[in-house]
Amino acid sequence: MSAHATTQPTDVKTLWGGGTSPFGISYGKMMMWFFLMSDAFTFSGLLTAYGFMRHKYHDVWPVAGDVFTHFPFYNGHIELAYVAFMTFILIASSVTMVLAVEAGHRMDKKGVIIWMFLTIIGGAIFVGSQAWEWYHFIHGTEHGAVREFIKDGVWVKEVFHGANLRVNEYGHPLFADFFFFITGFHGFHVFSGVVINIIIFIGVINGTYHKRGHYEMVEKTGLYWHFVDLVWVFVFTFFYLL
Amino acid sequence: MERDDIYEYSLDTHHNEEEGKKVRKKIYQVLGILSAITIFEVGMGMKFSRVESMQEILKYSFIALTLVKAAYIVLVFMHLGDERKNLRWIVLATYLVLVGYLIFICLTEAVYAGEHRTWDPVIDAFKSLVGGGGAHH
Repeated sequence: MSAHATTQPTDVKTLWGGGTSPFGISYGKMMMWFFLMSDAFTFSGLLTAYGFMRHKYHDVWPVAGDVFTHFPFYNGHIELAYVAFMTFILIASSVTMVLAVEAGHRMDKKGVIIWMFLTIIGGAIFVGSQAWEWYHFIHGTEHGAVREFIKDGVWVKEVFHGANLRVNEYGHPLFADFFFFITGFHGFHVFSGVVINIIIFIGVINGTYHKRGHYEMVEKTGLYWHFVDLVWVFVFTFFYLL
Repeated sequence: MERDDIYEYSLDTHHNEEEGKKVRKKIYQVLGILSAITIFEVGMGMKFSRVESMQEILKYSFIALTLVKAAYIVLVFMHLGDERKNLRWIVLATYLVLVGYLIFICLTEAVYAGEHRTWDPVIDAFKSLVGGGGAHH
């Protein structure tokens, strides 16, 4: 890291005089940063809207610890354990990604292949875990909840299980709406991240970037992948912990 | 003069074995920090999520710890901490100012919206269920 842009002289006069990159990064990375910023604003908007509604309906908002209690191959209830596992998987895959970038800096093709492969596996496990979590949230508990509504002019009671966009047995339906929307949007980011990683991975195996003389494509897809991890850190806090 | 209009070019994409070792050491350090924070958060969440008196302190400490984690990811993993100052602040300042304002305005308005909440069929139904009643109509 010490050999990077910061150590180079950045004289303001020559910096903007042309013939050089004023920000010390390439065009592709600059555009990736701009894209990630717009994406960050989207997620911030979603999470802030979630915060608004949660604040407004604080008395009927479900506690996440009551909702997400399942763990694979275990019949009892453990709060937060599975989502903690998911978080760890995503952090670990972020680490393998940054190790792939580091290997690329040394032109170590074999290292890049190994670390990128592990990153893709981690991403796939995460997407699968999210599908599993959705399954349990949609199906709900055995006893479910009762809802009352007017049918043909009389009040009727009905037992329902789980959550969808209209009802939610654990509390306010908006919780379910935001959950599906935000984790869904994030899950789609993870999915597309895995697809992009696979595309770059094939390029690495074929030696495309080695021939080019640098592994900057791995760095760019790495930026996207870290961003996905970054968003999850916030989703994890605001949906599950608080 | 070097051309800057070529299709694809790259800067600072190499380092040697020795620098690589330093970089890797830092990566593993950050992995340790991020894991430790996450484990701590989950532990606190499991233990105190139903303790009424702990709610406030949990809320603010979780948000603070999340910001610490986010800072490590952005500055080390995304390498923004070692980019040039101008790039770093173009990204960070723009984001922080705009989102800071968004959060401020939404929290203020949410308090107002919550205080002036009038009739809401969903809330009504839920409160009657929680209260074990159902005789609200």
